[in-house]
Amino acid sequence: MNHLFLKPSRGFITLFYKEVLRFWKVAAQTVAAPVLTALLYLLIFSHVLASHVEVHGVPYTAFLVPGLVMMSVLQNAFANTSSSLIQSKVTGNLVFVLLPPISHNEFFAAYVLASVARGLVVGAGVLVVTTWFGALSYAAPLWILAFAVMGGAIMGTLGMIAGIWAEKYDQLAAFQNFLILPLTFLSGVFYSIASLPPFWQQVSHWNPVFYMIDGFRYGFFGVSDISPWVSFLVGLLCLVILSFITLNTLKRGYKLRA
Amino acid sequence: MTAAIRVEQVFKRFGSVRALNGIDLDIQPGEFFGLLGPNGAGKTTLISALAGLSRPDSGRLAIMGFDVETDYRAARRQLGVVPQELVFDPFFSVRETLENQAGYYGIDPSRQRRAWIDEILDNLDLTSKADANMRTLSGGMKRRVLVAQALVHRPPVIVLDEPTAGVDVELRQTLWQFVRRLNEDGHTIVLTTHYLEEAENLCGRIAMLKAGQVVALDTTPNLLSRFSSHTLRLRTASDKPAQLGMTQELIREKTQERPSGWWTFAFAHFDEIEPLLACIRNAGCMIDELEIGKPDLEDVFVRVMQEQNQEQVRTA
Repeated sequence: MNHLFLKPSRGFITLFYKEVLRFWKVAAQTVAAPVLTALLYLLIFSHVLASHVEVHGVPYTAFLVPGLVMMSVLQNAFANTSSSLIQSKVTGNLVFVLLPPISHNEFFAAYVLASVARGLVVGAGVLVVTTWFGALSYAAPLWILAFAVMGGAIMGTLGMIAGIWAEKYDQLAAFQNFLILPLTFLSGVFYSIASLPPFWQQVSHWNPVFYMIDGFRYGFFGVSDISPWVSFLVGLLCLVILSFITLNTLKRGYKLRA
Repeated sequence: MTAAIRVEQVFKRFGSVRALNGIDLDIQPGEFFGLLGPNGAGKTTLISALAGLSRPDSGRLAIMGFDVETDYRAARRQLGVVPQELVFDPFFSVRETLENQAGYYGIDPSRQRRAWIDEILDNLDLTSKADANMRTLSGGMKRRVLVAQALVHRPPVIVLDEPTAGVDVELRQTLWQFVRRLNEDGHTIVLTTHYLEEAENLCGRIAMLKAGQVVALDTTPNLLSRFSSHTLRLRTASDKPAQLGMTQELIREKTQERPSGWWTFAFAHFDEIEPLLACIRNAGCMIDELEIGKPDLEDVFVRVMQEQNQEQVRTA
């Protein structure tokens, strides 16, 4: 681990570069498509609700933009690690990264950082195309960056767990449809949890993605349902727990090294 | 001298199946070594354990003296593996694939790295395909890229796991020429193949595996002489050689191919032919046709596997 932090090894750099290049080579599918999806969400919701709703004193369209950006960051970070691993496992080319002298720490760091990179590229794309729909402010840019990176890392790590665990594409799809999608959609992307009944507010507090969205939105408007520090600590705790599980899984070689 | 590959009492189970059952093996630097056995004998499991793709339940494996578990980085740098399956990354060109692979092994981008990749591409007749996407290559070309990937970090030990399965004759010849040259340059080559003729022609020493155990291990000439024999095939006017005055000692092993009238006699030394022919001549019998066959590894393989089957039946 120390070696990784002192001077990144060539193996780690190459694996990270390869993972970035992998999504960049099919950018129409991995970057342009999610940006278009987010844009469609914004067009539809802003058309229907913009004239009726204001959240935290912010017009609904402006409120929606950070939520959509963060949702895109999270979903694409998850997709990057999970799809890369499952494809490599199914086609058998994972052997090319298992044979070389790359440690499990380097393996983990390369895949997760590449997923963060994809999340940030897609997030930036969504931000650019949606920016003229609502007057966005940038109250605390460092929080924006911190939550985007941490959220991407959490979902990238979760994507690694899913990619290692799944043996078939439908198992991965189940993970995505029954866990990731509900977690992101029910996290306050489209609403403030203050508007929910008390019971659902309590339920939302058990959803770690809610803290990522809320903290990210704080970076734009300076207002949020929860203190950004609390959200940051919750996110950090999730990242530490998921990283520990993933590193342990990689070290044991679970489903990768028989 | 440090062994190129050392395998000590390696056991590996997959559920109730004993894939490796106490394997001991030493392969010396510079050897061209064959690892033979029927499907499920444990060849690929052993290679996987050497390459770190699979973890043995117990035992020790080392490559050029480096333990594959405790000193895995050094051990993996010593080893190049050509996998059995025709796998590739569809996102990249041939050159990108090789550059990535070199990077994984810690080789920084440099003029030397590029020159070495160019040399490998040239040796494997891949130069014209260097910028082609892996998806567009034929099966044979993909196989060549797998070989190139195994060589990109200049490993002293190269393992080829059934590299010619499904490969056309021309590529097979090119591949063996190249691998022979690598061996002459000092690389240790470990080959698994179902083409026993290839193993016989290429390998100096051979280990035969069955049910996760080494059941025969010797130099190729010794194996051939121990388990196989020359054969004399002949067709005579009479179809009963026993009536020609041949004793049981003389006829070590014979089979008759009906209805062709051919007889096959096995013998260990050429001086056994003369008495056999004398019997036929003395009986006044004419030989219509005659052939002498050399011992081959297929006989050895069949014999060893049969002996093992009988052994298993006895111990069951």
